[in-house]
Amino acid sequence: MSLIAARGLSVRYGGVTALEGVDFTIAPGEIVTIIGPNGSGKSSLVRAILGVVHPTAGQITRRAGLRIGYVPQKLAVDARMPLTVRRFLSLPTRRDRDEISAMLGRVGVPDLHDRQMTALSGGQFQRVLLARALLAEPELLILDEATQGLDQRGTASFYQLIEQVRQETGAAILMVSHDLHVVMSASDRVICLNGHVCCQGQPHVVTAAPEYRALFGYGTHGTMALYQHAHSHDHDGCAHDHDPAQPLPETADAE
Amino acid sequence: MLSDFLIRAVLAGVAVALAAGPLGAFVVWRRMAYFGEATAHAAILGVALALGFDMSIFVGTLAAALAMALAVTQLTGRGLAVDTTLGVLAHAALAFGLVAVSFLQGVRVDLSAYLFGDILAVGRPELAVIWGGALAVLGLLAWRWNALLTVTVSEDLAKASGLEPRHERLGLTVALALVVAVAIQVVGALLIVAMLVVPAAAARPLARSPEGMALAATGVAVAATLGGLWGSLQFDTPAGPSIVVAATVLFALSLAMPRRD
Repeated sequence: MSLIAARGLSVRYGGVTALEGVDFTIAPGEIVTIIGPNGSGKSSLVRAILGVVHPTAGQITRRAGLRIGYVPQKLAVDARMPLTVRRFLSLPTRRDRDEISAMLGRVGVPDLHDRQMTALSGGQFQRVLLARALLAEPELLILDEATQGLDQRGTASFYQLIEQVRQETGAAILMVSHDLHVVMSASDRVICLNGHVCCQGQPHVVTAAPEYRALFGYGTHGTMALYQHAHSHDHDGCAHDHDPAQPLPETADAE
Repeated sequence: MLSDFLIRAVLAGVAVALAAGPLGAFVVWRRMAYFGEATAHAAILGVALALGFDMSIFVGTLAAALAMALAVTQLTGRGLAVDTTLGVLAHAALAFGLVAVSFLQGVRVDLSAYLFGDILAVGRPELAVIWGGALAVLGLLAWRWNALLTVTVSEDLAKASGLEPRHERLGLTVALALVVAVAIQVVGALLIVAMLVVPAAAARPLARSPEGMALAATGVAVAATLGGLWGSLQFDTPAGPSIVVAATVLFALSLAMPRRD
């Protein structure tokens, strides 16, 4: 049974339609990447899945008792509230020191315990958010543009970490990205969203093509893949720029 | 030797300080100062209603404060600008309250007791109500502490963790109305928000954690209450404003402290 199932999901804010008739499911252990241009409703879909916004039409069902780990796109911690990393990781459930140490080590920022949240760099902050999400032992991990602000090397190691999490815990992963072409190669499914589902499919690994090796750099260890959109450029609202700088070479399926 | 009225005043002031410290931290974190202002001003309308319908002042102010807080929550939820809505409601409540009091026939009301507090007139029954209300606020905050902090940091994270942000916000609203109702006799409707905001602001540089800030705010509030009462007796000044003056002096001193980040 799927963890999340949405049928005919529509979300409107006032008169503005963010999502229209979206069907979406994610199965246990599955990695789904959602891509789409700015304003395509990606965050609305995530917020509907979390239950923060209520659908104006359609329905969304979560498996009963589903544990969700959520890494938001951004989080503004106000300097008026003193908050150490350790205290943040204990919200809302108290975690003991060892548990927190182990998790901070795992996400690659072992020495941040007593640092104030407002004193973290962008990359450290993302990793602390991930640590908090993982402490909940999620069955579904939702990452909303979690690699924003990371360079390519940082993104690659973040993807590796996520893949590792899936292998070790079997958590399903829902990743949201505004990059229309380069996705995490471990994605089982890529959904292109622009108010509605434009197309979905599997990513294409690019390790074989030397020109893309050059484009992606060599430190990415095959964590990134290309997604080839299957819809024409001018059909109902999906006319975003699909073409990378060069024509696509022969690609191999990720499987 | 200390006289009875002074002991009651100290006890009433300390009770308000104990509740205002931690709640004030939330008011600062969540930028609810203006919201608190609207709620506190509504208490004057509550006083008029209580006197007009012969109810207890506590019940009248609590009901009016609660009604105002809920009305503001409803209106701002509909997309009206928060600042404007609060600006209208805060001053409307005060003006309506003052007008309503003037309509009361046959009741001689000393309005300044409600606007600026009359802590030296606190009797035994009032003292019991003040302590009851303060302990209720402390109990509510202690019970929901982690949930309230999570919702304050991020409502989306709270929701993903299975919390219901609306319920936590309602809890804070109720706590605020309770503090207004118990503090009106101590510092008065016009200065209640000062008792919430000033100690918490003074506590910020002293703290490295939310709990530390709440505790330090409580300490500052208690010290300000004792210092203000002492100054009030010493210099024959009004007690409520003297307490706020003492709190402000502590805030000014805190500005000289380095932040413990």
